[in-house]
Amino acid sequence: MSDVLNPPQDEAVEPTLALKSRSKVIAVTSGKGGVGKTFVSANLAAALAKRGLRVLVLDADLGLANLDVVLNLYPKITLHDVFTGKSKLEDAIYKAPGGFSVLLAGSGMVEYSRLAPEVRDDFLRIMESLVPNYDIVLLDTGAGISDVVLFAVSMASEVLLVATPEPTALTDAYATIKVLGAQQKRQRIRVVINQVARTGDGNAITTQLQQVLDRFVNKDSEHPLKLIHMGDIPADPAVRQAIMKRQLLGQSDPGCPAALAMTQLASKVESAVIKHGA
Amino acid sequence: MIRLSDLRLDDARALLEHDPSSELPAADASPVVYMQSILDGLCELSLRDPLTGLSNRRHFNHLLNREIEAVARSGESVLLLMLDIDHFKKVNDTYGHHAGDLVLQAVSKCLETCVRPMDTVSRFGGEEFAAILPNCPSSFGLVVAERIREAVSGLAITVSPTETIRVTISIGGAYAPEWVRSTQELWTERADEQLYRAKSAGRNCVFIEEQRGVAVSADEKGMLFGHHLFGDPASGGVDDDVSNSAVAGSEMNRAN
Repeated sequence: MSDVLNPPQDEAVEPTLALKSRSKVIAVTSGKGGVGKTFVSANLAAALAKRGLRVLVLDADLGLANLDVVLNLYPKITLHDVFTGKSKLEDAIYKAPGGFSVLLAGSGMVEYSRLAPEVRDDFLRIMESLVPNYDIVLLDTGAGISDVVLFAVSMASEVLLVATPEPTALTDAYATIKVLGAQQKRQRIRVVINQVARTGDGNAITTQLQQVLDRFVNKDSEHPLKLIHMGDIPADPAVRQAIMKRQLLGQSDPGCPAALAMTQLASKVESAVIKHGA
Repeated sequence: MIRLSDLRLDDARALLEHDPSSELPAADASPVVYMQSILDGLCELSLRDPLTGLSNRRHFNHLLNREIEAVARSGESVLLLMLDIDHFKKVNDTYGHHAGDLVLQAVSKCLETCVRPMDTVSRFGGEEFAAILPNCPSSFGLVVAERIREAVSGLAITVSPTETIRVTISIGGAYAPEWVRSTQELWTERADEQLYRAKSAGRNCVFIEEQRGVAVSADEKGMLFGHHLFGDPASGGVDDDVSNSAVAGSEMNRAN
């Protein structure tokens, strides 16, 4: 916390904007769809905002964005309109109920899912102008590994991978980790396990993933991949209720176990960004 | 509302009448039924190659795009084969174009019988074909392609009352990179490269691109679901006992 209030000395030596921006960006991704990636993004953002941080969630799931559904927020202006010159960027940024800002790609942007170079440039330009206004930017990516996801992840200094203990979700998470390691030479991926039955299950899963990585991927790699377990979100009936109500956990049931887990996750994410940023 | 009598449907009718597999709607059908069957018939025609009855290039493009989306989302293993009849020009030059057409038809029929109903064989152009094989595990690809190659080389194609000829086929294949949203161009280009290798290697053979190391192998899955996962969290996750993992792994597989 004190780091946020008192930025380190070397902050005065201006790093390039790109690098400085990058350090604040966290990509939230998952192998398989349906593991709660967007739900985690939104609730994590709210928990970070509660800690006094200025948070933006950028829904970069250009193919099938659904942050709006989770937040019960239906903005008329999306990134699509900014790209096409119909609207100004400022008008596309909305205040979400949890005290953070959101910028939606727009569900109709399927044509961008192949990501032409112009779109990349637009995206980068927008990121560069946005990031200085925030302490943390969460990029909610699409599921799987499309070039859009890889591109979104490449703009982030940290990757937060959301998985569940379910076997297919885990296989997909493992495949995603391999791709990120191979294609982006990433050495650090942060893992959060959603819907765990018992405390400690998530940590065991991350350990297991790490062991498989060590044996099959890291053994002859020059840039070994290290997984960092960031926490478990317990399977909690309150989550379903919040989703049904289209509310954040902080609104519908602030004291529930999942909400507490989000708070802990937020604290870890905050120190991660500050420690590895700048 | 549109009245049927206002539409000029003669061309469409003529097209469908000339196509042996199309069925024209009954004259006394209701206007909606009539129009629907005309449209269905035209759609069907627009997706099929008239000579061989296979999917045409347009249909192929559509199906390939669909597979690309499926692969990106599900990580399914999908194989694309490009197949080209060897020395086809010689057939045309020696026996005439009618013989060439008969060869194309016989090979097409053979290709279709070599694959599963869920697979699609298309005429890509000239004597080149493309096959999309969804849900085709990497260990099966070469077997399937070899089966196709052998079946084609075993065909005796009668091109005239006195002449029977044999042809061979070269095959190149490439898997969609799992989890990655590829593009049509990139994917067909990779399969084409392998086809080129097959041609350079003397034809009548199969080359399939080695998959990039993204796929999760059976060994990796075995270890992933080996132990600790649903077991006692108190056991931590530090030991690395392979025998434990094998036992728990087989239980996991049964559960699946």
